[in-house]
Amino acid sequence: MQPTRSESAAQTQPEALTRRTALKLSAAVILGGSFGAGACAGLSRWGRSEPQAYRFFTGDEATLLIAMCEQIIPRDDAPGATDAGVIHYIDRQLCGPYTRHQATYRRGLDAMRQTCARVYQTRFEQLDFKRQTAALWLLETNQAPAEFWSGASQAGFFSLVIEHTRQGFYGSPRHGGNLNYASYRMLGLAYPNPIGQNRYAAARPG
Amino acid sequence: MSLSKVNVVIVGAGAGGGIVAKELAQAGLSVVVLERGEWPHYDNNNDDEMNSQRTPCHGNPFGPDDKRHPRVAIGDDGSSHIVRPSEGGGINAGCVGGGTVSYGAMAWRFMPQDFRLVSTYGEVKDSTLADWPIGYDELEPYYEKAEYEVGVSGDYTNNPNSGPRAKPFPMPAFPMNKEGRLIEEAAKRMGLHPFPVPMLRNSVPYNGRPACIHMRSCVGFACPVNAKAGSHNTVLPVALATGNCQVRTGCVAAEIVVDDHGRARAVRYFDANGRAQEQPADLVVVSASATETARLLLNSKSKLFPNGAGNNNDWVGRNLQGHLYVGANGFMEEEIYEEAGPGCTVGISDFNHGNAGLVGGGLLCNEFIDLPYHFCHNRPPDAARWGKAHKDFQRRHYKHLARLIGPVQEIPNFSARVSVDPVVKDAWGIPVCRLSGHRHPYDLQLGEFMAEKAEGILKEMGATGIWRTGISRSLGLSGGQHQAGTCRMGNDPKTSVTNSHGQLHEIDNLFIADASLHVTNGGFNPVLTIMALAFRVSAGITAGWKGSQFK
Repeated sequence: MQPTRSESAAQTQPEALTRRTALKLSAAVILGGSFGAGACAGLSRWGRSEPQAYRFFTGDEATLLIAMCEQIIPRDDAPGATDAGVIHYIDRQLCGPYTRHQATYRRGLDAMRQTCARVYQTRFEQLDFKRQTAALWLLETNQAPAEFWSGASQAGFFSLVIEHTRQGFYGSPRHGGNLNYASYRMLGLAYPNPIGQNRYAAARPG
Repeated sequence: MSLSKVNVVIVGAGAGGGIVAKELAQAGLSVVVLERGEWPHYDNNNDDEMNSQRTPCHGNPFGPDDKRHPRVAIGDDGSSHIVRPSEGGGINAGCVGGGTVSYGAMAWRFMPQDFRLVSTYGEVKDSTLADWPIGYDELEPYYEKAEYEVGVSGDYTNNPNSGPRAKPFPMPAFPMNKEGRLIEEAAKRMGLHPFPVPMLRNSVPYNGRPACIHMRSCVGFACPVNAKAGSHNTVLPVALATGNCQVRTGCVAAEIVVDDHGRARAVRYFDANGRAQEQPADLVVVSASATETARLLLNSKSKLFPNGAGNNNDWVGRNLQGHLYVGANGFMEEEIYEEAGPGCTVGISDFNHGNAGLVGGGLLCNEFIDLPYHFCHNRPPDAARWGKAHKDFQRRHYKHLARLIGPVQEIPNFSARVSVDPVVKDAWGIPVCRLSGHRHPYDLQLGEFMAEKAEGILKEMGATGIWRTGISRSLGLSGGQHQAGTCRMGNDPKTSVTNSHGQLHEIDNLFIADASLHVTNGGFNPVLTIMALAFRVSAGITAGWKGSQFK
C-alpha cells in the first residue's frame, strides 16, 4: 500500500503535532488507506498557514467550481448554489461515495481553466455573468477548444456538474449542501419532514 | 464445510421468499433463509433523498452495494458495459424484505385476461407470448391470502375491470389526494372508472402495526412505523416465531448443488464473513428475483445439467420482462401538492384490456410524491437543465405538477435474457448477470397508446403544458424493478422451466417462488402476484411434503 500524503506529512513534521491533530491524523491515515484515494486524506495540505477549507479541491479549483455551480443555480430573490453550500456537498462526496469522480473533476476543472484562458484570456470566475453563461454553453455543446479536452467529454463533465449541483442544492442538508434548507424554503416544503400530522385534505375531519 | 441438514433452504428474503419461509415453517419444516443483504433499519436510511432507493445517488440504501455486485449489460450495438447496481442495470433491492421495504406498495391483482393473452388476443409475431398454466380463478384464493396476511387497503366498488373477489379488502382504501380527486372527476366525465389504488399499507391499524402516518418521503424509503407492509415486518417475523426458521443475512448463494441423480442436495454460499459454506437440505426454493434466480440456476452446473440447473432446454433466463412505464405530465393553474404521502391515490384500469386492435394495455395512476431532486428530472423535452430558467421551473411548477403514469403489459421474447458473463465476477468470484436482448417492438406501440390516453385525461382535467413520459425511441433492455419471466412456468417442459407449482420440470426438489415464474407480467405492478404465487408454491410443497414426496 502506498503511503498517503498525510503519512508523509506526519513523517516530516512530527514536532508540530498536538495530541488532537495526531489522533485525527492517525484516523485519516487509516481511512486514507482503506479508501485507496490519497487525494482525500483531509489533512493533505496540513502544515500550511491558511485554514484548510476543502477536503478534495484546491482553493483555485473551488473558486472556479463555485462560479460554475452558481451559473447552474444562480441567486435571485432566493439563494443560489453558492449560498446553499453546493461546493461543500461536492467536495465531501468526492471524498466519500464519489471517489470515482475525482479524476473527472481534477481534469475537467483544469481543462475549463485552460479553455477560458484561451478563449477569454482570463479566469472563468472573473468573467461577467453573461460571458460565464456563454462559456458553459460552449461546454454543453462540445464547442470548447478540443485540444484541452482530449479524451474527456466537455458535455459529459458539465452534465456531471449539473447533476451534483442539483443534488447539493435540492438534497438533504445532512450532506453539506442545501444550507439553511434553502431549496426547501424556495419550494415551500416543510423541514424537518413533518411526521404524524399529515392528512390529505379530503380525509381531514370537519 | 457442510452444515447440518435442514428441510428447506430458501434463497432470498424478498416478496416471495418471506412468504414461503412463513408457510413452510408453520407447516413444521425446518427452514433456513439465505439473504445477501441485512435487516433494514429506518435509522440507517431515513428521509434523505440522496439515500432513497429511487434516487440512490450515494449507492443503494437497501442494497445491493456498488462495490461487490457489478453486472454486465449489452448495448444495442453489442458492446458490453459493467453496470453498478445504483446506476440501474435492472437490479432489485438487496436486504431482508427485498423490494418490499422501499417499494411504492401498490397491491394489484392481475386481471383474468392477463393469464390468457394468447387465448384472448392470438399469437404475436416474433414473441414467446403464451397463456399461463393457471388462470385467475386458481390464483384468487392466494391473492386473498396475500391481501389478508401481508395487509392491503383498498376498495373496488368503482372498479368494474378487476376479476371476481371472494372477500372484500381487509382494510378500507386510502383517501384520495387533491391530484387524485381532480383526475377522478375528469376520468368520470370521460366515462372511465377511476378508483382508489389498493396499497400494501395500513390505512388503519392492522396485524399489530399502526396506520400510515403519510410522510412525504415514502416510495424509495423504509417506513418508520412499519405501516408499509413487506416480508420483513409481516411474514418473516411470523416464520421466526415458529422456532423453525432461521434467516442468515449477509449470505451470498453461489450454487445449488445438484447430484448425479439430478436432485438438489445443498446450497453452496458465502457467509457474512466471506467463508464458503454448504447448507444441505431436502429441498431448495429460489426466490432471488427474476435476474438473480436465473443467474443462480445458470451458475449451478452439474453432470446432468451442464448448462445450469433445469436448463437442458435453454429456457432459463429467457423472456426477461419488466414494464415500460408510460404516461403524461402537465401543470394545473392551482396548487395541487399535498404534504402527505404516499401520494399515489387514484387508479384507472379501463385500458388494461379491450383496446380495439391492440394486444393488452396498461394501467394509469397518479404518482407518488416527487421530492425536489427527483423533480429536477421531471421535465418537458425542451426545458432548460440549468440557469435561472431551471430554477424558475422548479419554483413555478413543483406544487402544480399533475402526473398520470403506469406499467404497460410487455410482450415477452426469447432474445431478452439473463445469462452469466464469461469474464466478470462479483466480489465472491461468482460469475455475474449478463443482460442482453431488447423489448418487443410492440411494447413501444402500446406505450404510445397509453401515453395518449394519459394525455387525454390530463387535458380533460384542465392541465396545460402537457408532455408524454416514458416513451423511448430505442427498444432497450427490459427488466428493472418489475423484472419477471426468466423461469416461466408451463405444462410443456420443452418451452418452460417449472410446472404450474413452481417445481422445476427436471429437478423435483427444486422450486422457484418469485416473478421468474410469470409467463407474462400483466399491465400492473407485479408484487401482489409474486406474493400470491409464493403462497401457491408453498401450498404445493406442503401437500407434497405430507406424502414424503421430496424425502
